[in-house]
Amino acid sequence: MSTPVDQAKNAERFLADTVHEQRLDKLLWAMRMRRDAAARQVPEWEELRTLASEIKEHTLSNLSDYLIQFEAKATANGMIVHWARDAHEVYDLLAGQGSNMLVKSKSMLTEECEWRPFLERRGIRVTETDLGERIQQLDDQPPGHIVGPAIHKTTQDVAILFSKKYGSDPENEDAAYLAGVMRENTRPDILDARAGMTGANFVVAETGAVVVATNEGNADLSANTPPLHICSVGIEKIIPTTESLAVFVRLLTRSATGDRITQYTSTFRGPRKGAAMHVILVDNGRSARLGMKRFWHSLKCIRCAACMNTCPVYRRSGGLSYGSTYMGPIGIIMMPTFEIRKYSELPFASTLNGSCTNVCPVKIDIHEQIYGWREVMEENDQIQVVKKEAMRVADKVLSHPTLYQIATTTVSTALEVLPHFAVYNRLNAWGKHRDVPEATTQTFHEWYRTHRPKTNEEVRRG
Amino acid sequence: MMQAALMVPCYVDTFYPHVGIATLELLEKLGVDVVCPKDQTCCGQPMANSGCYEEARATEEHCARVFGSFDYVVTPSGSCTHHIRNKFSAGADSPEKQKLVRNTYDLVEFLHDVLKIRDFPWATFEHKVALHTSCSAIRGLNMASMSERVHDTVFSKPKALLSGVSGIEFVEFERVDECCGFGGTFAVTEEAVSAKMGYDKLAFMQKASPDCIISSDMSCLMHLQGCARRQKQDTPFYHVAEVLNGVSL
Repeated sequence: MSTPVDQAKNAERFLADTVHEQRLDKLLWAMRMRRDAAARQVPEWEELRTLASEIKEHTLSNLSDYLIQFEAKATANGMIVHWARDAHEVYDLLAGQGSNMLVKSKSMLTEECEWRPFLERRGIRVTETDLGERIQQLDDQPPGHIVGPAIHKTTQDVAILFSKKYGSDPENEDAAYLAGVMRENTRPDILDARAGMTGANFVVAETGAVVVATNEGNADLSANTPPLHICSVGIEKIIPTTESLAVFVRLLTRSATGDRITQYTSTFRGPRKGAAMHVILVDNGRSARLGMKRFWHSLKCIRCAACMNTCPVYRRSGGLSYGSTYMGPIGIIMMPTFEIRKYSELPFASTLNGSCTNVCPVKIDIHEQIYGWREVMEENDQIQVVKKEAMRVADKVLSHPTLYQIATTTVSTALEVLPHFAVYNRLNAWGKHRDVPEATTQTFHEWYRTHRPKTNEEVRRG
Repeated sequence: MMQAALMVPCYVDTFYPHVGIATLELLEKLGVDVVCPKDQTCCGQPMANSGCYEEARATEEHCARVFGSFDYVVTPSGSCTHHIRNKFSAGADSPEKQKLVRNTYDLVEFLHDVLKIRDFPWATFEHKVALHTSCSAIRGLNMASMSERVHDTVFSKPKALLSGVSGIEFVEFERVDECCGFGGTFAVTEEAVSAKMGYDKLAFMQKASPDCIISSDMSCLMHLQGCARRQKQDTPFYHVAEVLNGVSL
């Protein structure tokens, strides 16, 4: 049985390095501000969010019909469509393609399926062509953010990494220089590869088209240079029509970075002349989640990362602290559907402040789902025994007025009993960076008994 | 004469009795017949918020028994109100519980929406204040506009009330509705992140040089004050009820 990821401990480690923490916080908050500014320029912003949410809910409620429609159209367009239940089926499909080198653009689905290590173990060399994703690949780290995989790194970190891996100048932190180094080193792979893999942001049922949004153009290079284009896509990415695509394109980049649109929004309708195009429709737990009454809404996600950018916990923890493919608020509500025990602590990495829900372009009630997952963790006995025991004691004291009054009569006892719900597992956690409230000599209710004696007699009993 | 039951949150009862007293006195000044049930304890939020739904049941049911007969239940806490109004599902359903859920108000809501009070002639507060409104109050109770909802009209019920106190001046600070990091049990389960959020929130406020920090939620203030004192800052902290009741700095 896997040990739960200790997000709190990982976050503490991240915080100890103030340079990286402050930089991440500022960078992502600036992203949130850019998102606000972009939304402000669209008067119908809230209507767009509602529309996007409704389109997604409609599509997910008729998922099989739309997927079959897509398959028929895509096949008619000359694509080869595969259906994969889980990562293993995906592996089988890819292994049959017989290529020893693959270039790929950024795709969270392939991270989710741990595709890269799987292929590498089988002798297939994989080169990431997205700059951030390549940085993470070279550093042997998973992405720390779903839009900017290496966003937690400074340019100095990248300069040092590239100097080790590519022999470039470790002192040169100029972003353009570093991007150039990466480009020089990955372009030959793009030219040599026999297969290129991309993800997809949307697939359109009506036309059988696959839509990929990037800023670097690397998906287009990966898809258009090698003779084989493999596109893997989660089944929840389907939308009904080109008209509905417009709604999502307007929301996606504005929510993600505050730009109106990505540099490249490419629609692939079929294979180019002399090349082949395969689309793999991947389930990997999605159907099961669709059947979860409280949690299926998370399938509406379009991976913009607005919830991460606004999340005060994410910004101060770093994406890697979640130990998961998807991180931040959306990760908290998705990951337990993959492996409940391993991600049982994630729902507690939130203050339930609700900012994530407000920025979500498809109106997923993220913080309500986080709250819901906490209850699921209790139902599945995934709450730490000490914590549960402390809560049991609290319930006993707080449901019995006499016990409560005894417990609170002197503040010293109160400090023992009351904040017990606060200090159960990490002893003195409150006092590490904070002073405890100053001692008072009398509780409110003691004061009330002496200062409003008459009223007190008249008070109704419970 | 309007009757209202006063619910004093457990941590206010224990650590901040003066906030309970200010709330009581303020309501009395406004002519409310305040009843304070002596058997009250807690709304159950600390347990429910931690996922310990089962462990919240008896406390929630007790709360419904104690307060379930009143037409108005008033508490100086956005987070307790949010719990009762929107999350009160651990205990068995009953007419008392339904009534409590319907009739519970945060003090600010009660003054702003029910009594519709805007002037507090007995109060003078000639100071620059940084006003912090809790996430429960903003995004749970709609007591103030949310920064993410960029097209909504900007408003703040606590600010509207405080504006009725003569001499008060508000300072503007960055990231006004970013969470302060308290988050209930989060404050200790995620101690490091929680404290960092508190320190950051204080830094944004201090940059605006307020004379004091005010909130309608004492739980946020318990956390922020703890952070401030550790950093040797002696800025005073006040609950909105204290200022409206006429406290002097």
